[in-house]
Amino acid sequence: MLEKNPVIFIILAFVVIMIGTSVTMIAPFKWINGPGDRIAEVKPYTPLQQEGRDLYMREGCNNCHSQTVRTLASDVERYGYGGSYSKSGEFVYDRPHLWGSRRTGPDLAHIGLKFPDPNGAWHRKHMANPQSVVPASNMPSYAFLNKALDTTYSERKMKLLGFPYTQADLDELKGKSEMDAIIAYMRKLGTDIPVKKVEAPAVVSAQSNPFTDLKAIEEEAEALYKKHCASCHGEKREGTLGPALKGSAKPEAELFKLIAQGVEAKGMPGFSGSLDEQKIWKLVTYIKLDAK
Amino acid sequence: MSAPTRYFDDSVKGFITWSIIWGTISVVVGILISLQLAWPQLNVAPYLTYGRLRPIHTNAGIFGWGIGSFIGLFFYITQRLTKTSLWSPGLARVTLWLFNIGIASAAVTLAMGINRTKEYAELEWPLAVVVAIIWVLFSINVFMTIFKRKEEQMYISLWYIMAALVGVTVLYVVNNLGVPLHLFKSYPIFAGTNDANVQWWYGHNAVAMVLTAPPLALFYYFLPKVTGNPIFSHRMGIIAFWSLIFMYLWTGAHHLLWTPVPDWIQTLAMAFSIMLIAPSWGAVMNGYLTMNGRWDQMKTNYLVKFLITGITFYGLQTLQGPMQSIRSFSAFIHYTDWVPGHVHMGTLGWVSMIIFAAVYYTTTKMCETEIYSVKLADTHFWLVLVGQLIYSITMWIAGVQQGSMLLATNTDGTLHYSFMETMIAIMPYYKIRAISGIIYLVGLVLFIYNIYKTYQKSAVSQTAKA
Repeated sequence: MLEKNPVIFIILAFVVIMIGTSVTMIAPFKWINGPGDRIAEVKPYTPLQQEGRDLYMREGCNNCHSQTVRTLASDVERYGYGGSYSKSGEFVYDRPHLWGSRRTGPDLAHIGLKFPDPNGAWHRKHMANPQSVVPASNMPSYAFLNKALDTTYSERKMKLLGFPYTQADLDELKGKSEMDAIIAYMRKLGTDIPVKKVEAPAVVSAQSNPFTDLKAIEEEAEALYKKHCASCHGEKREGTLGPALKGSAKPEAELFKLIAQGVEAKGMPGFSGSLDEQKIWKLVTYIKLDAK
Repeated sequence: MSAPTRYFDDSVKGFITWSIIWGTISVVVGILISLQLAWPQLNVAPYLTYGRLRPIHTNAGIFGWGIGSFIGLFFYITQRLTKTSLWSPGLARVTLWLFNIGIASAAVTLAMGINRTKEYAELEWPLAVVVAIIWVLFSINVFMTIFKRKEEQMYISLWYIMAALVGVTVLYVVNNLGVPLHLFKSYPIFAGTNDANVQWWYGHNAVAMVLTAPPLALFYYFLPKVTGNPIFSHRMGIIAFWSLIFMYLWTGAHHLLWTPVPDWIQTLAMAFSIMLIAPSWGAVMNGYLTMNGRWDQMKTNYLVKFLITGITFYGLQTLQGPMQSIRSFSAFIHYTDWVPGHVHMGTLGWVSMIIFAAVYYTTTKMCETEIYSVKLADTHFWLVLVGQLIYSITMWIAGVQQGSMLLATNTDGTLHYSFMETMIAIMPYYKIRAISGIIYLVGLVLFIYNIYKTYQKSAVSQTAKA
């Protein structure tokens, strides 16, 4: 029967593929993005951020960058930037989702938490010439985004997506470049949910640097410096985005505090979440190298 | 007392020829983007950057080479299996025109950055509509040919073809549902985690309905044709077929392990992925047992080499895939180059090997002549085999190395390696991978030359006859 009637066969094949489809694809609509998933702090995109998101799609950034911090300790440590793993409620305004499937570059779900600088100076430099801040990077240059942003459809996008906006939001688009938009988008990622600030070790002044001899720790300290500091302060501590550190006159305790807590207004991230005290002291020793 | 059936093969030839052209473009773009990963200065902004080229590579491969050759070859085998001429040769010609316009426009718009970003469903809505129309026109033609067939029994290949007709239609339409903003931009109707779940229901079943069912249809048809051995077990084929199309649809979320997609969907996907080993190996064993007592053909018949190596890669692919679907292993290799290694074993090793055999075989039949050079075909076989193995093996090594470096922590719980250290470690593999692609391309060029010379030979003998 089945081997002889193509109409019945097609109907039966359709029914068979719809079973798994119904359970794993259709039924979940009942729960996903429902009230249980909602996170009150997560806000829709502003017109500028949405334009940035559309540029992120145009350039196919999702081909190299994922946007989901998995529920794995190493993922949270590496890509959480002080935040937690990704939750469903963070994505309810994402049409489409941009989770990606390959991390040729790092995950960007919480990239907005990485650099506190409101002007996105690091991103600006990095997007235009990635190798100028990360020498071994294989990311293409996106200097061509430094051109006027097309805002013809900005308002219509807000209406279509059902996002609230004000005249001030639309005015914000004026005179903006594509670069401004994509950076505005990246700076939003992961920042809606408040992050618990990790307190820097309390009694800094009472402690002194346990590493007085640079020679003993030079290799490790240099590696730490290259990993965490060089992209903004230069390979030779000559200063690029951040100030020069060569021959810094700051007292050791003050340097310790700067590294641990960061300077939000100037875009310097705090490292007390990712480096223990010993490592911060090693960096202090390395930075003070010429002063001794 | 009826005249022998006349088969219409012009569109078969047309689709095969164009699919080879798009396939070659896919490989060339693949080599270019593999070089860009090692040397970023090869990105030519804005049209030839990695982010815009990678979808061209995957779309040209899946839609141009895969679907294009399947349409041509299905026109061929459906006519033979039903002993019926194609329902509408005119419709087939229209389908071919639309197909080429569609794929060419896809390449141009993707280079322009018109991209929905959902993997293998990147084309914006006007082109998605064109793709759907192509598929429906092709489906009607095949289905009507089956419907008015002269051979009562429907051989197992026709089952796989019909399942693909239905499956691809449902998957493609649902994952492309969106609201247009203007002609070149739309937003999906699904958001966030829902969109991700729909996408990978689509993404993984595109593998089922485009890269599994169609090559299996070809395999079941061409292996008995080429070897002269009847298929080992029709019943095993039937059981494997229904369990395959039942189980596949549950597995999409194995692409989303450890993400915000609900845990129970992930767990179901994991379980069904493991269960899929059985029907997959049902087909593999059916192929192997068909060779029972005739394994000498592996040495004597170049087409058997392609077919049996192809089904062997299918077997390996369907063991490795379920392994990757296990949470703990996924945590280790997901988002690394292990996955492109896996994918290319399937596309270059399994799917393309079967298509190569099918194209060689149908070309000689349609041209009523022998292949121009068996020796060249043998060289083609070894080059694509070696190219693919180097590709997959280097990417597996790169994936394991980067995966372990990314997970490594110090005793205080901090990460041992920075992201850049892991990237620097895998750079040498990127260079080897680019070389493997070039080896594969050389094999492909020999294949094209061989097919071209076979056509030329047949044209000469036709003229001589006249």
